[in-house]
Amino acid sequence: MARIDLVDLAHSYGGNDAPQESFALKPVTMTWRQGGAYALLGPSGCGKTTLLNVISGIITPSRGKILFDGKDITPLSTQKRNIAQVFQFPVIYDTMTVGQNLAFPLKNRGVPKADIDRRVAEIGRLLDLEPYLNRKATRLTADAKQKISLGRGLVRNDVAAVLFDEPLTVIDPELKWQLRSKLKALHRELDLTMIYVTHDQTEALTFADTVVVMHDGRVVQSGTPAELFDKPAHTFVGYFIGSPGMNILPAEVRGREARIDGHVIALNRSYDNLPAGAKIEIGVRPEFVEVVAPAPGLLTARIERIDDLGRIRFARVRVVDAKLAARAPGGFTSADGTAGLKFDPSHVHVYADSLLVEGAA
Amino acid sequence: MDKTVNQKAWFLVLPVFLVVAFSAVLPLMTVVNYSMQDTFGNNQFFWNGVGWFKELLDPSTDLGGRFLASLGRNLFFSLVILAIEVPLGIVVALSMPREGWTVAACLVILALPLLIPWNVVGTIWQIFGRPDIGLLGYVLNAMGFDYNYVSNDVDAWFTVIVMDVWHWTSLVALLCYAGLKSIPEAYYQAAQIDGASRWAVFKAIQLPKMNRVLLIAVLLRFMDSFMIYTEPFVVTGGGPGNSTTFVSIELVKIALGQFDLGKAAALSLVYNLIILIVCWIFYTVMTNAGVERKVQASSEPAAEPKPAAALKPVPALEPREGVA
Repeated sequence: MARIDLVDLAHSYGGNDAPQESFALKPVTMTWRQGGAYALLGPSGCGKTTLLNVISGIITPSRGKILFDGKDITPLSTQKRNIAQVFQFPVIYDTMTVGQNLAFPLKNRGVPKADIDRRVAEIGRLLDLEPYLNRKATRLTADAKQKISLGRGLVRNDVAAVLFDEPLTVIDPELKWQLRSKLKALHRELDLTMIYVTHDQTEALTFADTVVVMHDGRVVQSGTPAELFDKPAHTFVGYFIGSPGMNILPAEVRGREARIDGHVIALNRSYDNLPAGAKIEIGVRPEFVEVVAPAPGLLTARIERIDDLGRIRFARVRVVDAKLAARAPGGFTSADGTAGLKFDPSHVHVYADSLLVEGAA
Repeated sequence: MDKTVNQKAWFLVLPVFLVVAFSAVLPLMTVVNYSMQDTFGNNQFFWNGVGWFKELLDPSTDLGGRFLASLGRNLFFSLVILAIEVPLGIVVALSMPREGWTVAACLVILALPLLIPWNVVGTIWQIFGRPDIGLLGYVLNAMGFDYNYVSNDVDAWFTVIVMDVWHWTSLVALLCYAGLKSIPEAYYQAAQIDGASRWAVFKAIQLPKMNRVLLIAVLLRFMDSFMIYTEPFVVTGGGPGNSTTFVSIELVKIALGQFDLGKAAALSLVYNLIILIVCWIFYTVMTNAGVERKVQASSEPAAEPKPAAALKPVPALEPREGVA
């Protein structure tokens, strides 16, 4: 167990001299605290797996350092790093039984037999693999195989961190929930640092205390699920987290007012020092925009359709060229297909060049 | 589904039927016919029933003695070359590069011996091993070894085995290399994470994943070495004495040297039968291994602790297929 620090870490598959824009992982400095449950969230190709492989040592970074408890381990091989990783697809040693599979990482490190047996029995119990410990691993289903992979990741109790690379991809949806809750429980029980890579926001938000959002090789925000929801630091975070994602609208912002298509939307804070020449947008989550009957002073929108999600309804509307989603209160109907939009000023954020701007009180 | 019935279609099969009849069935039946008769030339034949077969399996007769001795030599030869070529092929495959231009270079170099005709291989080694002008023979003798494959049994065996290893190890290596290449990178990464040593990686991942191609390699090398004729014939001519006379060489001696068509026919039928049986055993083992694996993967209701999940069909995701 250890604190993991990344210092100015970057990686390019094209070598260190490639232009920085082409880096798979752009320079990042951050700390993973010991015992935390982290999710690394982002779309495919955003550099999540690269970051994970750099931490585990499968990839040597082009630049920067990785520290485990302050000790530089960048040049060390995977074997010497004391880290566990679970891959997207199950990796099973065909000729071994389930128990031998689980024992493999311990056996390779020369752990005494009695300790191995105790540890394998414990992990077998935690993952419900007990009845199969003496059976050949090849004969099991994909679900069970992936559980063995998970077990091999968790079997060592002295690892600096356990890394999961989208480990539940091959699992049935129903079992996915169970396994995720199990992982969460294991995290509490075993007190391991866990880093969980996924492109599924539900998976990330339910598993982790801290979610790290990546976009285009950069870490754009790291925070609790609530922080990511309430105050996205980057328009991408707003758009990627939440369903539907945040509404992003180009606007002119001056002082405590945002102006869209001639209409004024009140803001809670004052934005006087916006960088000149930057692309200014406002962002507001659909939960904090309400469609009401058109009225003077309200931004007028054309309703395209209303999605009924059961406990909540979202109207898909269009303002000039921009598409928005907004909460439709129960009983709302529109006779002529137009509506007024009512914004909740405390939840309207201002972005300059996609980055959140903190206004003055 | 409506299936068109047109008996005239049988005519389309006729050419193949005729070709096979003339090229395989008729000659084979001729051999069967010969094996039941004795001849003293002049196209005169005398009925002998199963006499030749009885003699063939009786070591006390001349025919049986020669057959069983050559069969023993042949099996020993196959065993020795398998024991050398399979491990050597694996080692060569493991030490080959996995990417870059060197891969192509290695493949070409490995393929070279496979492309050389058998009798040329024999001629190469016959000259190579000569004590007076051959590089190998001359150097060995200069180093103080009394090496002469024409007069010494052990030297003759040594030459024939080394020649076969030189000629065919490439085949085993190429097959193993193909097997190794099909192992997804994730297995090696997982093994790294699990702290596996080089030997543990080989034992836990590479060898189990190679077992299918290894089985094919063993089959091919066994059949080929069991039927070997040209190379030892060119190098040693079956000598010195009878020490490197394998079954096929014995067969040719009887059939064309002595013109004992009956004995030769009986011998070749038994020879053919042995090869067929071995083929069948290998084929059964190989297909069974495949079937077993499939059955194990798809019908294992007890494998899941949750009954609800157990009833669902298993997603067709063998680990080797597709890794991100």
